Amino acid sequence: MQRFSIIILAAIVGLMAHVAVAGTLDDVRGKGFIQCGVSQGVPGFSNPDEQGNWSGIDVDVCRAVAAAIWGDASKVKYTPLTAKERFTALQSSEIDVLSRNTTWTLVRDTALGLDFAGVNYYDGQGFMVRKDLGVSSASELGGASVCVNIGTTTELNMADFFRSNSMDYEPVVFEKTDEVVAAYDSGRCDVYTTDRSALAANRVKLADPDAHIILPETISKEPLGPVVRHGDNQWGDIVRWSLYAMLEAEEYGVNSGNVDDLKTNSNNPVIKRLLGVEGDTGESLGLSNDWAYSIIKQVGNYAESYNRNVGPDTPVGLSRGVNALWKDGGIQYPMPVR
Amino acid sequence: MSQYNLIDNPNSSNRPPVINVGIIGWLRHNLFSSWTNTVLTVVAAGIIYSLFPPLFQWAILDADWSGVSRESCTGKGACWVFIKTWFWHLIFGLYPVDERWRVVLAFGILIVASIPLFIPWFKYKALVGVFLLIGFPVLAYFLFVGDILGMPLVETPLWGGLFLTLVIAGCGIVLSLPLGILLALARRSSMPVLRGLSVAFIELWRGVPLITVLFMASVMFPLFLPEGVNFDKLLRALIAVTLFSAAYMAEVVRGGLQAIPRGQYEAAQSVGLSYWRMMTFVILPQALKHVIPGIVNSFIALFKDTTLVAIIGLFDFLGMLQVARSDPDWLGFAPEGYVFGGLVFWIFCFGMSRYSQYLEKEFRTESQ
Amino acid sequence: MGREGKNPQTTLSAVWNNPAIRALVVQALVLIGVVLLGIYLVDNTLANMKARGIASGFEFLGRTAGFSIATHLIDYEEANTYGRAFLVGLLNTLLVSVVGIVFATVLGFTIGVARLSNNWLISRLATLYIEIIRNVPLLLQLFFWYFAVLRNLPGPKASIDFYGVVFLNKRGLFTPNPVFGPEIVWSGISLLVAIGFIVCLAYWSRRRRDRRGHSLPVTTISIVILTGVPVMSLWFTDFPIIWELPVLKGFNFRGGTTIIPELVALTLALSLYTASFIAEVVRAGILSVNRGQSEAAYALGLHRTLTLRLVVIPQALRVIIPPLTNQYLNLTKNSSLAAAIAYPDLVLVFAGTTLMQTGQAVEIIAITMSVYLTLSLAIAAGMNLYNRHIALVER
Repeated sequence: MQRFSIIILAAIVGLMAHVAVAGTLDDVRGKGFIQCGVSQGVPGFSNPDEQGNWSGIDVDVCRAVAAAIWGDASKVKYTPLTAKERFTALQSSEIDVLSRNTTWTLVRDTALGLDFAGVNYYDGQGFMVRKDLGVSSASELGGASVCVNIGTTTELNMADFFRSNSMDYEPVVFEKTDEVVAAYDSGRCDVYTTDRSALAANRVKLADPDAHIILPETISKEPLGPVVRHGDNQWGDIVRWSLYAMLEAEEYGVNSGNVDDLKTNSNNPVIKRLLGVEGDTGESLGLSNDWAYSIIKQVGNYAESYNRNVGPDTPVGLSRGVNALWKDGGIQYPMPVR
Repeated sequence: MSQYNLIDNPNSSNRPPVINVGIIGWLRHNLFSSWTNTVLTVVAAGIIYSLFPPLFQWAILDADWSGVSRESCTGKGACWVFIKTWFWHLIFGLYPVDERWRVVLAFGILIVASIPLFIPWFKYKALVGVFLLIGFPVLAYFLFVGDILGMPLVETPLWGGLFLTLVIAGCGIVLSLPLGILLALARRSSMPVLRGLSVAFIELWRGVPLITVLFMASVMFPLFLPEGVNFDKLLRALIAVTLFSAAYMAEVVRGGLQAIPRGQYEAAQSVGLSYWRMMTFVILPQALKHVIPGIVNSFIALFKDTTLVAIIGLFDFLGMLQVARSDPDWLGFAPEGYVFGGLVFWIFCFGMSRYSQYLEKEFRTESQ
Repeated sequence: MGREGKNPQTTLSAVWNNPAIRALVVQALVLIGVVLLGIYLVDNTLANMKARGIASGFEFLGRTAGFSIATHLIDYEEANTYGRAFLVGLLNTLLVSVVGIVFATVLGFTIGVARLSNNWLISRLATLYIEIIRNVPLLLQLFFWYFAVLRNLPGPKASIDFYGVVFLNKRGLFTPNPVFGPEIVWSGISLLVAIGFIVCLAYWSRRRRDRRGHSLPVTTISIVILTGVPVMSLWFTDFPIIWELPVLKGFNFRGGTTIIPELVALTLALSLYTASFIAEVVRAGILSVNRGQSEAAYALGLHRTLTLRLVVIPQALRVIIPPLTNQYLNLTKNSSLAAAIAYPDLVLVFAGTTLMQTGQAVEIIAITMSVYLTLSLAIAAGMNLYNRHIALVER
């Protein structure tokens, strides 16, 4: 019996010993895929089709990281998260990257134990109302009921906006975007507020999209980007530079169509470095040298991803605006890949 | 004046007056026996009249049954086309169409294997029971998950609909009963530490709402484990549901244990049975039989509680109904969705409650 | 003895076969196991939180919340702290629980009695209600009321109008709000005096009944006094109440009291659902009273009402109270489903928005769970006290 209890004690003590802490990259390599936290469905950003295949510019970030690691953009599994669940899911290692139109703020970057790896869409918060209300400016919204997602920067910006304009309002908060949209569509609220891109994306979902207008005011800055856990710098670097590689490729005219050609024939040293013909950028990241080549080949450059998912020819129909490259008058500015 | 005939008409038969027998008598006795009773009858008739004909009109007469899109619905009555379009999603969630036979097969096996249990003269009930409790879960697991024998892997995020509801309820039912029995035994035990721990466990789970437990399981559970160790969201929800209902089950079983007279314990001990033998062969069979209705009631509660997983983002039957309801193509058909969903849940729960009443009656006659 | 000493194997098994020692060992092992498991989990959590730089502690309760809440029983605005937001959420939970319990009790007792009625139609109707409501999940019923019924009400401009005083639409129920003048104090004082008088009257009447065997119609007298005195005093002070009516202004109704549809749906669902369980509890309670009891009362010449009040109900209550407590507990816990339909209760405001904005999941979930645990234990303790008060005193 004594031996028996000693065995039990030893087993329990053994359980207590910490499993050696591995970095996210080793972790991800070990299991063979990236667990990517996405929204529950925002057309153009992260949205599943009928078969459960995900697409969108946020999804493309995760695919790019998978392409950089294995040269295979399909090695991603998606976890749809509500706004409320997303940070805890990342903090608790349930997901490896959070790419779910998440705004970069100081508190999130510090107290929440997160790190932002860049900005893949510059956005701002706007308001959508019914046309027949006859409202043409956000300053006429006093006394309105406002539908909003719970736990978002949107909820706080809205409070700031109404407070600073000394207007009262009734917030109606839901956890799931679909619920917010359905509540607005059914007339529970007068106003629907969120990032302008998401307003455009979700207007597609309304029963009669043409009966609604997006008011001209933009009340906040919303830099949206992929998020990783704080403290794993190597992993953060991989996500950051996967995003920059897509932008850099656009800047130098490399796309999924001409990437093979340029890899062998280009004389431009920047392109050669980017595609891993010269230099050892991959080694510094802990990846193979053709990491950026795989991204461009399989996911495309930033412009391709943008136009495929949210561009003017898609139902979402967003023009590039501030998200154009810096040399085209926008503020997307990739750091040099060298 | 004070003159009465005992038989005022010798030719008439001895039947009671018409007003006291037959339909009229029944009506008089049950509906119009006094003026308050009459008022109540009128009120009840009013409620029935104002409720049921319009409901019938909406659900059956004016309803639209055929078509493929919302244009097929006239808007006068219920639009059952909505349910028809979403039907298979409501049953299977996002489970791949080509793999759905696996789910059907598993539930088919379950039903066929349980039939013998209800046949009184069937001899090998114990064998079938063992298969259902041990063999079947393993079989079902491999059928549902796949990745074996050429069946492609179907990951749990794709599971959904009534199928997921039944999986969660089934696992919860099978696992919470043994756990509940252990907890109840611990609570009745003479060892103060075991008793204290089990009381604390039971009261903690019974004192908090399931939704906070589920939320803890869905987003905080991974924080409790070493880095890198993690498991499936569905599994975490299952653990939460099981622990939660085990606490309730424990209280039901405890009621049964308390009803066993001391003499049974003493008799078992006097023939030299050890604690576990006494419990397994003498006490528990009697105690569980006493509380079968209570256990079935706990199962019903558990079955209804599984709907809460919709709040933490699993797409069970109710979760799929929510998806269907907020589909832009089908906005405004919430009543149809919930009436249909309510009917499905009702059939399951009402069936179980009738079964428990039947068992109760069986045991009552048996013990007489 | 000497022989046993030579054989350690036997001694050991003798010790092991001693039930007292064995019980001690088992308990010690279990206790150690549980403590180690606890340490293991806490240790992991702390390590994980430290590794990821997640803030910890309860300082966040003092920080500015920055979000607003649709309904609040106490003053609340964006500049208040998370701590106050917690209080607002807690009060909203209590509000819906209390209102739900009151409605559920009234409805449940009515239906429970109706099910036992001699009237065939009434008892069938009650049975139908119970069998339908009990066997459909509460969350589904809640969604039904909120999304299928209240969502399909007309918009503010086409509100359902009850005599131009009360309005019902998609945005909620709008009722007049009383605004009291300073003279209302006199009505308050007169009401207190009336209550004091009634207490004295009841006491005196009981003494009188004990002495002479007659009792006064205390209930009727009380009702007359309780309504009469305040109305008189209001009349003398020229009715110092102004009713502030809800008026359609801009987007919505302003003024008056607004009951948001989320609260309406939650109260409806909770009380209808719980009532079906209470009805069964009541029925079982009444059936548990032996027929002989009421027959004996009739034989003593008590009429039906008195028999019910003095003989049947007091005995039935003893059976009813414990399961009724359970139903009240369930209702309170079920009120947390509010989070699913955006009623700002504790779970939505605190375990929802606050958790999101601060990211301190562990602290917030722990606080939320302990609040419910405390509520549960408090209700249970209160009911136990009452139960002891009415329990059978055996002589």
